[in-house]
Amino acid sequence: MRAKTVDRIATGVIIAVAVLIMAVLAGLLGFLLVRGVRHIDFHFLTSFPQAIKEGGGIGPQLFNSLFLLVLTMIITIPLGLGAGIYMSEYAKPNRLTGFIRLVVEVLSSFPSIVVGLFGLLVIVNTFNLGYSLLSGALALTVFNLPMMVRLTEQSLRSVPREQKEAGLALGMSRWKTITSVMLPVALPSIVTGSILAAGRVFGEAAALLFTAGMSSPRLDFTDWNPLHPTSPLNPLRPAETLAVHIWKINSEGLAPDAPEIAAGASAVLVIMVLLFNLGARWFGRALYRKLTASK
Amino acid sequence: MNIPTSNVQSSAESGAKPRERKQRHVAEEIRGKIYVYFCVLLMIVTIFSIVYFIASRGLAPFVSQGVALKDMLLGLKWKPEGEPPLFGALPFLFGSFATSLFAAIIAAPLAFCASIYMTEIMPKFGKTVLQPAIELLAGIPSVVYGFVGLSVIVPFLRDTFPGQGVGVLAGALVLSIMILPTITTIATDSLRSLPNGLKEGSYALGATRWQTISRIILPTTLPSLLTGVVLGIARAFGEALAVQMVIGNAPHIPHSLFESATTLTSIITLEMGNTTSGSLHNNALWSLALILLMMTFLFVFVVRMLERRVKR
Repeated sequence: MRAKTVDRIATGVIIAVAVLIMAVLAGLLGFLLVRGVRHIDFHFLTSFPQAIKEGGGIGPQLFNSLFLLVLTMIITIPLGLGAGIYMSEYAKPNRLTGFIRLVVEVLSSFPSIVVGLFGLLVIVNTFNLGYSLLSGALALTVFNLPMMVRLTEQSLRSVPREQKEAGLALGMSRWKTITSVMLPVALPSIVTGSILAAGRVFGEAAALLFTAGMSSPRLDFTDWNPLHPTSPLNPLRPAETLAVHIWKINSEGLAPDAPEIAAGASAVLVIMVLLFNLGARWFGRALYRKLTASK
Repeated sequence: MNIPTSNVQSSAESGAKPRERKQRHVAEEIRGKIYVYFCVLLMIVTIFSIVYFIASRGLAPFVSQGVALKDMLLGLKWKPEGEPPLFGALPFLFGSFATSLFAAIIAAPLAFCASIYMTEIMPKFGKTVLQPAIELLAGIPSVVYGFVGLSVIVPFLRDTFPGQGVGVLAGALVLSIMILPTITTIATDSLRSLPNGLKEGSYALGATRWQTISRIILPTTLPSLLTGVVLGIARAFGEALAVQMVIGNAPHIPHSLFESATTLTSIITLEMGNTTSGSLHNNALWSLALILLMMTFLFVFVVRMLERRVKR
């Protein structure tokens, strides 16, 4: 019974590898959380970073990351929805559509550093927006758009054909059918996907080094007028995000507690990603239940 | 006949004659179409401007600043501020290829095992536990991987092997964890979409599970599996910060796995901020970015070729 022995050995190896992967993941998360959570407290999350002294926080970086996320999604979602609607409803099966599909594929496989460099050349220098939140958001849009387009296209395609035909049979225009019949049905999966995409934006750093910049002005958190240069809401100020901050203190941090800050900030980043992941699943399911008759 | 007419008139569009309603529908449709065409056009313009702008800077050293293409691709010395300045990028090309290929060699077998486990051995456990876990792995930001590499993998390598710990192997290990989810997801999808008849036929002939996997399942899905590997290599090739943090950034070709090296992405990350726009040094960095761009096109092309084989 040689074949059976080989089968047993192979099965054992495959199971061992699966266990190894689980162990690596558990070790990774455990390491990040155990080493990082100790340093997370209210002071760490809200205070300003220190250049050479101990006890710096990540307050502005955390705010920048969240604000950048909101800006990016405001730009990405309408554009992604539009292009996705085109791909699923208006595109005819011809060469042009094939070409657009290729564009989406290439755009989604560009390395993020290349997108960042493009941002530096075109958005920062040519459009003269400087190192700013807006430049960062535009660069991240380039990076996120293909994902949003694919997501919208797939979600719209999974809408039952009868629903679309019923809308058209009522005499509605194609556009009206898409926006008021098909989009609501597709909404839960679009929302889930967008939250996952947002998680990716939150952790992105390479595309932001040369667009949103590697420094933050001394923010004044009492000044909420978006036109003031030190106001947190000003979209034209440079902004260092949490991910960029982790990279910077690991490569050139001078503070004596730089490893601890890096550990704490990494833990915050991972916790946020976990929240995005779980939140996307939960929210998508809740929305689906609310919008459809299913239990 | 009365009922439908009154219904139409009591609806929101009451009073509107059929013709006006039609006009409104047409206007609505045109506005919608203009909007979606605008979005698609914007995407096409973006991609062309990325290629145009990066090429216009990246080609400048060869066209107008007297650097030979051969010297850049095959030169061994990178001394952009030296006298005369030297722009040999071979060490970076070597570093990028070495780390991403090594990462794929480590990650691919693990990923294949994981996807076989999820589809053939324990589908239920795989779907409820292993798959979400691997998706989670895909969501962890690259700087966090870099941080973990710097604080776990590098010290471990330093204590176990000769050298400083930073180097090609450290980079490849970090990258292999990063590309594991990419390869696993694609492999699992293709294994799941395999027709059941094939497997059942094999089992009916008395083949063991491993015989079925190794002689039926893996050969049939090979092109899809390779697609996953190529996408993984593409991701590793373009990854910047995680690698930059653990590779050591010494601009020469390493003699061993434990020696410091540099990749295309890490040299761009390190030097782009310190050079003035338009200088030869700066433009040479754009040439490296252009090489990255060309590699992306190559990877997409290879993936398309493989996908064509899957369809056949």
